Amino acid sequence: MLEYDFMRTAFAAGTVVAIVAGAVGYFLVLRNLAFAGHALSHVGFAGATGAVLLGVAPFWGLLIFTIAGGVGMGLLGDQLRGRDIAVGIILSLSLGLGVLFLHLYTSHATQATALLFGNVLGVSPENLRDMVVLGVITLILLTAIARPLIFATLDPELAQAKGVSLRLIAVLFLVIVAVAVAEAVQVVGILLVFALMVGPAAAALRCTTRIRTGIVLSAVLGVAETWAGIGLAYVTDWPPSSWITLLSALVYGLTYVPRLLPRAAHG
Amino acid sequence: MSAVELESLTLTRGGRTVLSNVSASIGDGEFIGVFGPNGAGKTTLLHAILGLLPPASGTIRVFGKPPGSNAAQAGYLPQKRSGIGDLRLRGWDLVASAYEGHHWGPPVLGARGREEVAWALETVEATALAERPVSQLSGGELQRMLLAQALLGKPKLLLLDEPLISLDPRYQQAVVELIKRVQSALGITVLLTAHELNPLLRFMDRVLYLGHGHAALGSTEEVITSEVLSRLYDAPIEVLRFNGRIVVVAAHGGAVEAEAHRHDA
Repeated sequence: MLEYDFMRTAFAAGTVVAIVAGAVGYFLVLRNLAFAGHALSHVGFAGATGAVLLGVAPFWGLLIFTIAGGVGMGLLGDQLRGRDIAVGIILSLSLGLGVLFLHLYTSHATQATALLFGNVLGVSPENLRDMVVLGVITLILLTAIARPLIFATLDPELAQAKGVSLRLIAVLFLVIVAVAVAEAVQVVGILLVFALMVGPAAAALRCTTRIRTGIVLSAVLGVAETWAGIGLAYVTDWPPSSWITLLSALVYGLTYVPRLLPRAAHG
Repeated sequence: MSAVELESLTLTRGGRTVLSNVSASIGDGEFIGVFGPNGAGKTTLLHAILGLLPPASGTIRVFGKPPGSNAAQAGYLPQKRSGIGDLRLRGWDLVASAYEGHHWGPPVLGARGREEVAWALETVEATALAERPVSQLSGGELQRMLLAQALLGKPKLLLLDEPLISLDPRYQQAVVELIKRVQSALGITVLLTAHELNPLLRFMDRVLYLGHGHAALGSTEEVITSEVLSRLYDAPIEVLRFNGRIVVVAAHGGAVEAEAHRHDA
């Protein structure tokens, strides 16, 4: 299957996205912001469809909206905790707006499907180049803030006492999440971002109690699920997004298996 | 030199005067219990000593230096800890997160950092505990992790905000004894805020009692008296002593400490 250009591009794009989403997602889960990450991708839908309406590439509309949403959420900071309803309403508002923009554009149901459910097999070499550049920038930024981010996540009160600006860290982190979400949308789409951003990270957190091991494991699981998903899609002709979400759920479910075994088995 | 020197100190927070014209001198190596009703300014005072809150008037000196300066670095254990109870990370990573955690860059400690974390864990007798996920630690064991965090950087002054709160009496005793052992071994100064006097009676050198903007510093016998506390609470207070224990009672009959505890729950 690697004799086809589009398959090689798909594997490369999937790898970049899975590494970024896995690493960023680990912190997202650690900070209990999984739902906020989910909502960010929906905000991006309005941006992407709006961009189509204006004749701009949807990826840039998506990116601008997710970043704006990330900055907004970061500034709200702690007030965001327990605001599932407000986040949910913004989430549905964004989807509604996106549907309106699509309606005004009066065509392209395929465009909508690709945005909502992803189309990794349709990634162009130019897309891939943009994704690699953004992915590298994201990972560099994440590395640069990782230390105070972990401190602020685990010990917000102590971090604040040591002069860490919790708000600055929250905004920087959510901007990173926004870019990671925009990337993940290219592979699994807006509705299935959880599969790459949260699934591998949540599984990694259940497998190891060490932060650095967890980050690496999260990225490795994401890459494995994405590769296997694209490979299975090629063989079965089912959508890659379906396979990736299925594998993501499966791996997360498997982390519960040791608990179900008799106690002696894992002592 | 005194560890902490308060001179005509007035602290305000949110437009409210919390401490007014307080002077006190805490000696190097003292173990001080800080008490007072809710809102008396215990946490506010700790924040001021950390350099997080500038005095409205008066001065604070920590080992002769202005608070917050490098030479005046204090180890701090905040009272409120959000969301670490269900953390699936090991204690080591929790403690290590505080080692120069305010620096930018990747979460890599280096040999010196790892040594420091190992030393802090060893000091609080929690080396073995540190391999377990935080979510599986008891309240007392978690408090030991947080104490290890406060020891990073080997501060000469420890500020512990309510380290005994929400612990069973059994664990309270163990944690106080540990703090005392650490204090003696390292020869450092400890300021510890608490609601209940009794778990600390045998361990404190002196008591700092705050109330209604005022403060009284002295031995338990000097400070925990009907006269001093009535002034600090601005209400008639009785102090009952029996079997080496102290009960502070409002004149209307309720135990003051027990009441204070309930507000907090």
